[in-house]
Amino acid sequence: MPSEWIYIGIFSLIALALPAAAILMAGVLGPKKPNPIKNSTYECGIETTGETWVQFRPQYYIFGLLFLIFDVETVFLFPWAVGYRVLPLFAVIEGIVFILILLGGLLYAWRVGALSWQ
Amino acid sequence: MTFWQDPYAAAVEWLRNLLIGWGLTVEAAQLILYLAGGIVLAGGSLALVIFLIWAERKIIGRVQDRLGPNRVGPWGIFQTFADILKIFTKEYITPNGVDRVPYNLAPVLAVAAVIMIWAVVPFTVTLYGADLSVGLIYVMAVGAIGEMGIVMAGWGSNNKFALLGAFRAVAQMVSYEIPMVIALLIPVMMAGSLSLGAITASQAVWNILIAPLAALIFFITSVAEVGRAPFDLVEAESELVAGFNIEYSGLKFGFFFVGDFLHAFTIAMLFTVFFLGGWRGPFVDQVPILGAVYFFIKTSLVYLVNILMRAALPRFRIDQMMDFNWKYLTPLSLSVLVVTALADKLTLGLSAWVRIPVFLGLNGLLFLAASVMVNRRAINRPRAEVVSRPRPLARPETAVQPETNGGVS
Repeated sequence: MPSEWIYIGIFSLIALALPAAAILMAGVLGPKKPNPIKNSTYECGIETTGETWVQFRPQYYIFGLLFLIFDVETVFLFPWAVGYRVLPLFAVIEGIVFILILLGGLLYAWRVGALSWQ
Repeated sequence: MTFWQDPYAAAVEWLRNLLIGWGLTVEAAQLILYLAGGIVLAGGSLALVIFLIWAERKIIGRVQDRLGPNRVGPWGIFQTFADILKIFTKEYITPNGVDRVPYNLAPVLAVAAVIMIWAVVPFTVTLYGADLSVGLIYVMAVGAIGEMGIVMAGWGSNNKFALLGAFRAVAQMVSYEIPMVIALLIPVMMAGSLSLGAITASQAVWNILIAPLAALIFFITSVAEVGRAPFDLVEAESELVAGFNIEYSGLKFGFFFVGDFLHAFTIAMLFTVFFLGGWRGPFVDQVPILGAVYFFIKTSLVYLVNILMRAALPRFRIDQMMDFNWKYLTPLSLSVLVVTALADKLTLGLSAWVRIPVFLGLNGLLFLAASVMVNRRAINRPRAEVVSRPRPLARPETAVQPETNGGVS
């Protein structure tokens, strides 16, 4: 098994190196003639005003929290799914109760309006 | 197992013996084989993109009643080579005030993350990079690196439009990951393993027959993960100028699209592995290399559906996109999981001829129930009344009076 991970490591390095090498090569081949107008921020020809890193709406934050809850709970479901073939019916029903609680949480978030994009 | 039945395994064996014959240790020979295999696989995936771009342009051209590329070479097949030559000699315009590390790392990550998925995809019984025991989790984790690339591009570009694109990317990809993971639990349940090889091998009956709804959910969410039409809010040209890639030029810009095309093909491969039985098909036990042919036929069909969907459907609005995920796909995927888990345990001893109609019927009922609920919601939803303001007219006496009952007679 460790040798499989050695392959993954080698492959990841190759996967990173191929695009990086191509980008470097294109940088060598291409012309380099910067000027202040060309290097200005592109906004349909209008001058940029204010900070770029603006505040974002809190709605994104709520969806981020929801994602976190559901993602952690699906992580708990993976061992259940892997063992599903050997589990007795009782353990499967326990897993289903867990999923139904998850569904209940989703319905609660829905009712309090966390899921509607204003 | 002769050369003609499985040329890949035979070639690997020949090369290993050759290297050991040169006096290398077994470990060193294995390392060289890994290196060579990795370069061939990663290079091959990038070479495939050249063909994919041509095919997609050609098909979308046909859908839109155009010819598509048809000048360079027969059927325009060398068009992409011409584009590559041109893009390699383009200038990199780096705007003022960019965050250099994320800005330059983003296009590399966008492509590398997709290529890294190829490491665990089983093309035949013997032809795969590595058969990880946690293959599915690896695929999900590596897919998230690609999202990181988009976020880094948006954040590092020092441009408000790019930043807005990155916000949308986070919201969309993070949300669609949940129904995707839940839908993928069903192949895992059927195989009892997270390894992609074991999931393929377990599909004596294709998973799409056991859980067609899960397959549909995976197909939709994987398209959303790639960020292609109709889920291309990240690069909505009409709203965000270009989206997260607005400040990129030359090959850095091109690599986002290489990543996009390759990712679209990769999700088609994953769909084949999880739901269409991967390399399985007639005579595969005798001639394993046939599996690669089946695999690519199935993948190409899924990819074709993907392209046609891109050509046919308009883009979602962001509130529609979030509603569709959180209020439809997520509850539906949880219900499918519950129904499949129960039905499979209760019909365990029965033959496939009884089980498959039961599964298909249950999935059909679930889909019908979901459709009825969605339609009822859509009918009862309060709608804003749309009227135009009264406008001054040159000759008011000739004006056409609007119908007072909203046009309903």
